[in-house]
Amino acid sequence: MIGHIHSIETFGTVDGPGTRFVVFFKGCPMRCAYCHNPDTWELGGGEEWTADKILEYYDENKEFYMNNGGITATGGEPTVQIDFLLELFTKAKEKGIHTCLDTSGIMFRRNEPAILAKYDALCKVTDLVMLDIKHIDPEGHKKLTLQPNDNILDFARYLDEQRVPLWIRHVIVPGITDQVDELTRLGYFIGGLSNLKALDVLPYHTMGIVKYEKLGIEYRLKGVEALTNKDAIEAKKHILDGIRKRRAELNQSHELEEQHKVDGVNPASHDTVG
Amino acid sequence: MGSEWNGFVGGEWQRVIDVRDFIQKNYTPYEGDDAFLAGPTQNTKDLWNQVMDLSKKEREAGGVLDMDTKVVSTLTSHGPGYLDKDKETIVGFQTDKPFKRGMNVYGGIRMAMKACEDNGYKVDPEIVEFFTKHRKTHNAGVFDVYDAEIRRCRTNHIITGLPDAYGRGRIIGDYRRVALYGTDRLIEDKKAQKESFGNVYTDDVIRGKEEIAEQIRALQELTQMAASYGFDISKPASNVQEAIQWTYFGYLGAVKEQNGAAMSLGRTSTFLDVYAERDLANGTFTEEQIQEFIDHFIMKLRLVKFARTPEYNQIFAGDPVWVTESLGGMGTDGRTLVTKMSFRYLNTLNNLGTAPEPNLTVLWSTRLPMGWKQFCAKMSIKSSSIQYENDDLMRPYHGDDYGIACCVSSMVIGKEMQFFGARANLAKCLLYAINGGVDECTGVQVGPKYRPVEGDVLDYDDVMAKFDDMMEWLAGVYVSALNIIHYMHDKYAYERIQMALHDRDVKRYFATGVAGLSVVADSLSAIKYATVKPIRNEQGVVVSYETTGDFPKYGNNDDRVDSIATYVVTTFMDKIRKHHTYRNGIPTQSILTITSNVTYGKNTGDTPCGRKHGAPFAPGANPLHQRDTHGAVASLSSVAKIPFRDAQDGISNTFTIIPGALGKEDQVFAGDIEIDLSQNQ
Repeated sequence: MIGHIHSIETFGTVDGPGTRFVVFFKGCPMRCAYCHNPDTWELGGGEEWTADKILEYYDENKEFYMNNGGITATGGEPTVQIDFLLELFTKAKEKGIHTCLDTSGIMFRRNEPAILAKYDALCKVTDLVMLDIKHIDPEGHKKLTLQPNDNILDFARYLDEQRVPLWIRHVIVPGITDQVDELTRLGYFIGGLSNLKALDVLPYHTMGIVKYEKLGIEYRLKGVEALTNKDAIEAKKHILDGIRKRRAELNQSHELEEQHKVDGVNPASHDTVG
Repeated sequence: MGSEWNGFVGGEWQRVIDVRDFIQKNYTPYEGDDAFLAGPTQNTKDLWNQVMDLSKKEREAGGVLDMDTKVVSTLTSHGPGYLDKDKETIVGFQTDKPFKRGMNVYGGIRMAMKACEDNGYKVDPEIVEFFTKHRKTHNAGVFDVYDAEIRRCRTNHIITGLPDAYGRGRIIGDYRRVALYGTDRLIEDKKAQKESFGNVYTDDVIRGKEEIAEQIRALQELTQMAASYGFDISKPASNVQEAIQWTYFGYLGAVKEQNGAAMSLGRTSTFLDVYAERDLANGTFTEEQIQEFIDHFIMKLRLVKFARTPEYNQIFAGDPVWVTESLGGMGTDGRTLVTKMSFRYLNTLNNLGTAPEPNLTVLWSTRLPMGWKQFCAKMSIKSSSIQYENDDLMRPYHGDDYGIACCVSSMVIGKEMQFFGARANLAKCLLYAINGGVDECTGVQVGPKYRPVEGDVLDYDDVMAKFDDMMEWLAGVYVSALNIIHYMHDKYAYERIQMALHDRDVKRYFATGVAGLSVVADSLSAIKYATVKPIRNEQGVVVSYETTGDFPKYGNNDDRVDSIATYVVTTFMDKIRKHHTYRNGIPTQSILTITSNVTYGKNTGDTPCGRKHGAPFAPGANPLHQRDTHGAVASLSSVAKIPFRDAQDGISNTFTIIPGALGKEDQVFAGDIEIDLSQNQ
């Protein structure tokens, strides 16, 4: 099988744990206003690679990734080429390589069995998913990415059911995703995920603008200034507040359950992932 | 021995001079984190403010605040100097006051005069006369012997930076010995060594005995120097403050007498920690006090200053002393050599702020304790001032009590030393091969008049054969120059105090070096894989090249060209190894120009790889600028192929990366949600 690959970065230090071999897939249906890789949007094109070739390249440098590192699929949206991704990760796992998927979750469909089956298979060969939730509010999400977020949030719940370790990423854009109540809402949502391992708050930056000019695409966030680290840390606090709130509630209901057990009452099963 | 050793585990170190044995029997590995560290005391802050103030004045004065022009610097030439006697817990300056540079003339009187004149001072005419007419210097000795060929190689820059007019440096005294044994015991040991030669007076024995006599005298003078500060170092140090002070006195003696190209400290932290642990257990000192001693010690190391010329500073990019201190590493028995004192040394970057000196060098092993690794990373991010070297690579060669001289030269402390040998310009050597020994810039016949390359296109096999011949010649003349230099340095500028802190029979490394490795590799690759047409001037000398077609470039993890680089390193090393070396030094080679690559580039003509006359070389073993197009890992992999066995004096790779590309800021991303939730309440 042939994969359409935008590029490969052999010294990735910000896309998952450790030092990573990062594969940028071509193609993405989302049109996030702040996307800094608009050159990966288009489906097809790019360099043609087989999974074996990619892993051969990985092996040439494997000493660099052996200590807590591994391979990361990103893009673009890797799951646009889910068959190729599945083959790549399956073969990587056979070699004992740590696999990390950086995705927006946009392609997930719980109600389409053919698609779900592929995701089920993918979960078995994925050690970590970094899910980028662009906006917790459905309307806000649509405005920011030109796509709905229902399947994305459902994908988060699905990963919890599948017990796939999860990092949540969230880009803070001044005036768009930095509202306190929305940040708390986001925290409240992910606070219900028992597979949540880390939170990665990404301050919005303007380094992608050059690419837009080159590609002749209009940049929708013109005039929006980059977020400072300080503001990112501030925003992160609100998300953490949301997580704490949700966890406190869950603990309370858990205690109630325990109480019911003691009392010999069978509680109704709780949907803890909300 | 008196009470100074109370509480220490005894052993072989008591019977013979063996600091490593003392460390191994007594040190306490530390596997914790940095939470125990103490901040600066008020006295430390006051002293450092005073230093900052003097530094400002020095800058305003044009780089030098004061220079001695009358008194030649020796161990006892100057009375004690202080910043603020009441506040300093560790004392001693090179002259009688801070920021006053001493005058070192034994390397060469002309260099000493120039260093003064360039800074607006003038050496006392009587001194000049004495060291011109009555007492010969190292520099004068060398030039008495140099032949025309060596001189041509120097002036045409195929051999550069030779330590023939300045101190060679790169020798690390085992300064810890002063603290552990006191000078009386060391002198006693040296006297026994002197007798141990027997009475068959060969040249070697005569020289050996004379050198040891000099060493004994140096130890006696060191004792006097310390006495002028009110300390009796004839006896061992009795607590950690004294141990630091005694060790520093040893080092201070070295920098008073030698203005060497690198005056490194060694590996002192774990040794000193033994004293700190004993004092903490006995309640002699608190953590805060011990940190204060270390802060003041490091402050002194930051204030080591030499009189140097602008040309010297150009070669070495600044005015470096290379007070390299090697930290951490693993022991051969599997225990880590990291101690609390290793942390305290790095903590000076917190307490005194960032500085390039001392050159704090972490001996890195994958097996180092996590707390130490994390602290190193934290301090690197904060200070950008820490150098890392591969302990796992060097330990098999040197064991676990070696240190780094200068930036990468490894040697066992007190048992091995190095004859520093600058470097040969291999890129120019390749051009000489093409031009039959004629210099491409000056047109002078520098090398042997071999048959130059003929025809309109360079043929790989032909050029390689000629390059081999030219390397053979270069290795010979290069080793000859170094033999002369080190003979004369030993004769006229012998490092008596540093060598007094060595064993009798030291292993001497005969260090050589090469510059322009990536230029050579890419040029040969271009000749092999692309089409390179030589362009000749009216005299028939090839002065430029027209290269068409693509070729593999070093720095992309491509074996086709990386193997050429490896071949060149091994071949040149083998050619060096063919020659007799002064005092049977063991030949080594370095690929480590860190800054002088700019100067080399200026003096080297167009090269077949497409590099133009004057364009800088890449530093050390780096790929040429912008030729490594496959990312950091590929670039590092190419460099990693250079065989250490044939470049044992070190392989350097200068690697610059923006912090954001190396990882995330820890407050933005902790990597663990539980940590976030517990911390950001």
